Amino acid sequence: MAELLIRGGTVVDEGGERRADVLVSGRDVVAVAEGIEAPAGARVLDAGGCLVAPGLVDLHTHLRQPGGEVAETVESGCRAAALGGYGAVVAMPNTEPAIDDPSVARDVLELGRGALAQVAVAGAITIGRRGERLSPMGELAALGVRLFTDDGSGVQDASVMRQALEYAGDLGVVLAEHCEDASLAAGGHMHEGAWSSRLGLPGQPALAEEAMLARDLSLVRLTRTPMHFLHLSTAGSVDLVRRAKAEGLPVTAEVTPHHLLLTDAEVASYDPVFKVNPPLRGQADVEAVRGGLVEGVIDAVATDHAPHPPETKERPFEEAPPGMLGLETALAVAFGALSGRLGAVGLLGAFSWRPARIAGLDPASGGRQGGPVAPGAPANLVVFDPAAEWEVDPAALSSRSRNTPYGGRRLRGRVRHTLREGEPVVVDARAQR
Amino acid sequence: MSGRHLLSVADLGRQGIEEILRLADSFKEVAGRPIPRVPALRGKTVATLFFEASTRTRLSFETAAKRLSADVMSFSASTSSLEKGESLRDTIETIDAMGVDAMIVRHRSSGVPARVTAWTSASVVNAGDGQHEHPTQALLDCYTIREALGESGGRPQTDFSGLRIGIVGDVRHSRVARSDVLALSLLGAEVVLVAPRTLLPPSLEGWPVKATADLDAVLGELDVVYLLRIQAERAGRLLLPDLDEYHARFGLTRERAGRLAERALIMHPGPMIRGVEIAPEVADLPASLVTRQVRNGVFVRSAVLFHLLAGPAGAVVGEEDGDG
Repeated sequence: MAELLIRGGTVVDEGGERRADVLVSGRDVVAVAEGIEAPAGARVLDAGGCLVAPGLVDLHTHLRQPGGEVAETVESGCRAAALGGYGAVVAMPNTEPAIDDPSVARDVLELGRGALAQVAVAGAITIGRRGERLSPMGELAALGVRLFTDDGSGVQDASVMRQALEYAGDLGVVLAEHCEDASLAAGGHMHEGAWSSRLGLPGQPALAEEAMLARDLSLVRLTRTPMHFLHLSTAGSVDLVRRAKAEGLPVTAEVTPHHLLLTDAEVASYDPVFKVNPPLRGQADVEAVRGGLVEGVIDAVATDHAPHPPETKERPFEEAPPGMLGLETALAVAFGALSGRLGAVGLLGAFSWRPARIAGLDPASGGRQGGPVAPGAPANLVVFDPAAEWEVDPAALSSRSRNTPYGGRRLRGRVRHTLREGEPVVVDARAQR
Repeated sequence: MSGRHLLSVADLGRQGIEEILRLADSFKEVAGRPIPRVPALRGKTVATLFFEASTRTRLSFETAAKRLSADVMSFSASTSSLEKGESLRDTIETIDAMGVDAMIVRHRSSGVPARVTAWTSASVVNAGDGQHEHPTQALLDCYTIREALGESGGRPQTDFSGLRIGIVGDVRHSRVARSDVLALSLLGAEVVLVAPRTLLPPSLEGWPVKATADLDAVLGELDVVYLLRIQAERAGRLLLPDLDEYHARFGLTRERAGRLAERALIMHPGPMIRGVEIAPEVADLPASLVTRQVRNGVFVRSAVLFHLLAGPAGAVVGEEDGDG
């Protein structure tokens, strides 16, 4: 069996940090210790100065297949994921057709088989994500679907959401909401505030997110079905989730890397690469979501990787679709945004074992992601160099699209190697296939 | 003036505005000549790109360019390849390839002129973008106020300090209001926005203005009443109950006009909807500067084009030598 030694790094998992080499044989870790001698014939990957952690898990990836192959495919999206250190991604169901049916879910899972990262799928809550009739959640759950969401839009009708939660409660699945009250957000292309007022762009208020979040928290109180809240972006949302958790409601929440770093001031360029939904918010919101992550109110960082072909991002701001690439830059962006406030264990927890648990991909759920780096554990690993500096070149990204908001920016921290089931799929920041 | 584009009044600063207004004086003088034309931009090509229809503004810019002897190219969305699905970027790059010195851009979406600068080497002039800005309108408004003040005597021409200007109406959706607030306050005026909350921007943070929903409370203190057009489609939905109520609360009625200060001026960017923001007979009062605003638009736009294209060594007002 092929052996591989990751040498000279600091192992980080839920148990803490320690200097150790990691020996991999086949698909599994077989030894974690200082000064492991490379067995004859073993490949050696240098991890000097690096963190060696369980592979990252993205709760929120738009792979665009089926229907949006111009922007991304399962293959290209998973290559981007591997380059970003991800061992697994949860594919969002807002494809064309939507993943609201077992046949579509099976197709996407099939496309993911040979990919550079594990592909899990989220199912739609309602047929066609129209917010009216429930999708066959039971059949989808039987295929292993654990998260359900109409992401791209929120479920507007409170009675539909109530039914969905009651129905899902029996299935042991989690409903994930894209919190956006459509009537309050209608016509808004950026965060409503000082910048939108000045730039003459219609805004969507923080309230559009918070009103639906507050409604959903009341529904969780009623139904006791677990909910996950996607890409929370406002100070008010962090407060609401903090109170809900203090009350003991079964809720989890994620924040995107871009909401941890960028503000609505970026929109002053009118470059639609800064158009995203929920929109980039104000500095106080950025501070609040950072604080929420540090505090543990927010459980996970999720990319909301949303590829769009260049021609659509060259439209006027109001006509361009919302969404940003995220997979290849996420860990570096979050490290930069939280440096000094969150240690390696805290940060990698938000990127790996906590999202793995939410997605049901962790060992306790029978999965192979986010577990400890220990003998017998699956060799889904990331080797991250927190000191490496690099400049983001949109053309050099492996996504099919180019809509990164970080083009030309220098980031600190880069994924050096990624192992998928023991296979070094990324070595020295290059995809191996 | 910094830069080679005019996207926002903020690009100009106070000095830039003053310079444009001074230059506009020269073009006002040119307009009085038998042949109202100078050779300053001979050989230069100015393209008007109106992705949103506006005959008045386009004619004003084209006249302004022709008075400088520039060649004028005209592009409008309704006659263009945009209708065949060509992207904005491809359209701009195509026109750029023909060799133009300035692009005058009007678009229904905020920020398009700013984006266009990335796709052309020409100077870009914002002729109105969405709800963002309409800088040449603000310049012609300043010019018109300055001219009227000069005629009534006393005051230094471009110093508007001590002047109280009320901008009445749909500020939220108005690019004219955004540019005017910047320009008027840069020149020292005190600006009061008069509108119901639904027609004010969601945030006035950083705006050098006061705001009120009570026109009658401020009317008598205003030196200039600047009325904005109410678009009929705003009424009857969420922002306004109906146009009659708007007229009753915010319209410049005959009765309100009678309570204006003695020398108060009435302005409007046009097109004016009589009976909504202004009573029909009030629009024709001597205090109304509306037609002067239109006339001055040509001078100010000539000044902007001259400034952007002729450069510091350009001759301002040499005589046309007869072959143009």
